Amino acid sequence: MTRYLRLLLLQLRTSVLLAAQYRFDFFLDAGIGLFWTATAIMPLFVVYGGSNRAGVPGWTFGETLLVVGFFITLQAVLDGAINPGLAAVIDHIRKGTLDFVLLKPADAQFLVSTARFQLWRGAGLIHAAIVFGIAFKEIGRLPSVGGVLTAMLLIVIATALLYSMWILIISLAFIVVKVDNLTYLFTSIFDAARWPSSVFRGPVKLIFTFVVPIAVMTTFPAEALLGRLEWERVAYSIVGAAAFATVARLVWLRSISRYTSAGG
Amino acid sequence: MIRTLRLIPTLLRVGFVEAVAYRAEMIIWVLATTMPFVMMVLWTTVSESSPVIGQGGQQWGSASFIAYFLSVFVVRQLVSAWASWEINFEVRGGTLAMRLLRPMHPVLGYAMSNLAYMPQRALVTLPVIGVLLAAYGDFISRDVAMWATWGVAMLGGWLITFFVNVAVGAVSFFIESSLKIMDVYLAAFFVFSGYMFPIDLFPPWLRAVSDWLPFRYQISLPVELMTGKLAVGEAWWLIGKQYLWAGGLAALALTLWRAGVKRFQAFGG
Repeated sequence: MTRYLRLLLLQLRTSVLLAAQYRFDFFLDAGIGLFWTATAIMPLFVVYGGSNRAGVPGWTFGETLLVVGFFITLQAVLDGAINPGLAAVIDHIRKGTLDFVLLKPADAQFLVSTARFQLWRGAGLIHAAIVFGIAFKEIGRLPSVGGVLTAMLLIVIATALLYSMWILIISLAFIVVKVDNLTYLFTSIFDAARWPSSVFRGPVKLIFTFVVPIAVMTTFPAEALLGRLEWERVAYSIVGAAAFATVARLVWLRSISRYTSAGG
Repeated sequence: MIRTLRLIPTLLRVGFVEAVAYRAEMIIWVLATTMPFVMMVLWTTVSESSPVIGQGGQQWGSASFIAYFLSVFVVRQLVSAWASWEINFEVRGGTLAMRLLRPMHPVLGYAMSNLAYMPQRALVTLPVIGVLLAAYGDFISRDVAMWATWGVAMLGGWLITFFVNVAVGAVSFFIESSLKIMDVYLAAFFVFSGYMFPIDLFPPWLRAVSDWLPFRYQISLPVELMTGKLAVGEAWWLIGKQYLWAGGLAALALTLWRAGVKRFQAFGG
C-alpha cells in the first residue's frame, strides 16, 4: 500500500515537472479554463433568459446553477486527472508501447491511471466554488451541514463512476485501434450532466440513470445541498458505483489479457 | 491547374476507401455529436411547462424544437472537418513529410480526404432525414429555390469549418500542439453556432455578438434555411457574409500554412 502511495507521489511529481517545462502551455491552459467555465454557464442565461423565465421545470435559476457548479467541479476532475491518462493509454495501444507499462512491476491499471495529471485544471475547483457562492446567494439560504457532507460523499462517488466509465472506454480502444476521438465521445456524453436530470424523460432518463449515470454525478449532489435527496438514493448510488467499478476492473483485466501488442 | 483537377477524382476515391476502412472511427465521431438530441429533450421539456417565444416573436413548440435539432444534427454531420487533428498528428509524428513530397498542395489533400467521408456521413443522417420528412414535414421548407440556396450555404459552412481546421492545424508548426486551441474553438462553436439553442432565443446582446462571429454561418444558417425561417433575400445577404468569412479564413489558413511549413523539420521533434 505504502509502495503505491510512493508511486503516486512520484507520478505527481513528474506531472508537476512536465507542467513547469511547458510554461507557455500553462498560461494558455489557465485562460482556457476560464473560458470553459464561461461556456458552462452561458447556456443557463439562454434557458432562463428572455420570455421563458420558468426555465427547467422544478428548478429555479439558482438551483440549476448548483448543478452547473457540480458540472464544473467534475469537468475539472475529468480534464485534470482522468482524460490525460486516457489519451496516453490510447496512444500506447496504437504505438504498441503499452508493453513497457505492462512490464513494470506494479499494477498496470494503477500506472496508466496516474501517468499524467494536468494540475492547472485544479483552477476549475475555484471557479466552481465561486459558482456555488453565487448560486446560494440566488437561492437565499445556506445548505445544512448534513447536506454538504452528503454532497461531498456524492462527489467521491461521481469521481469513481467517471473513472470506471473511463476504464470501460479504454477497453474499447483495445478492440478498435484507431480511435483518437474516444475522449471526445466521453466528454460529449458527460456534457448532458450540466442540466438537472429531471429534464430527461422516458428511455433517456433510464439511460442517464443506469447506463451512463450522469444524473448521480451532478443532480444528486445538488439535491443533497438543497436538502431534497432521500437516503435511499444515496445508498443506491454507493451500490451502483461499487458495481460499476467492479465491472470496469473485470473488463480491464480481460482486455489486458487479450492484448497482443502492436500490429495485433 | 488542369493536372490538379485531374487528381481530384482519384483523391476522393482513395479517401472513400479510407472512410470505409475506418468506419468504426467514423461511428464514434458521429456518436460524439449527439448533443443536439440532448438539447432537443431539454428544450421540449422547457417548452412544455411554459411557452418559449423567440426574439422574432414566434412561439417555439416542442415539435418545432424537434424539427430544429434534427436539422442541426444533419447539418453538423455534413459540414464536419477534422483536418486540424490530422495536421497535428502528422506534424508531431513527422509523417507530414510524405504529404509534402506529393506534387500537389497538401491542403487540397486534406480537403479531399475530409470530403470523401461525406457519402458515409450522409448515410448516417438518412434515418434522421426520414424522421424529419415523415413526422415534421410541416416544419421543413418545401421550396425548391430554398433548397438550392441551402446547398450553397452548406458548402459555405463546410468551407468555414475546414479552413478553421487548417488554420488551427498550421499553428502546430509553431507550438507543440494546437489541439487545445481547437477545443476552445469548439466550446465557442457550441454556444454561438445555434448548436445548443436556436439563435432566435439568444438574449439580444448575445445575438449581436454571434452575428459578428463565424459560428452561426456554420450551423444556424443552413438550419434556418431548411426549416424555412429565412426569406430568400435575407438568406442571400447572410450567405454573402458567410462566404466573406470563408474567404478570410482561407487566406489566414494558407498564410499560416506557408509560414509554418518552412519550420517543419520532419524528424518528429
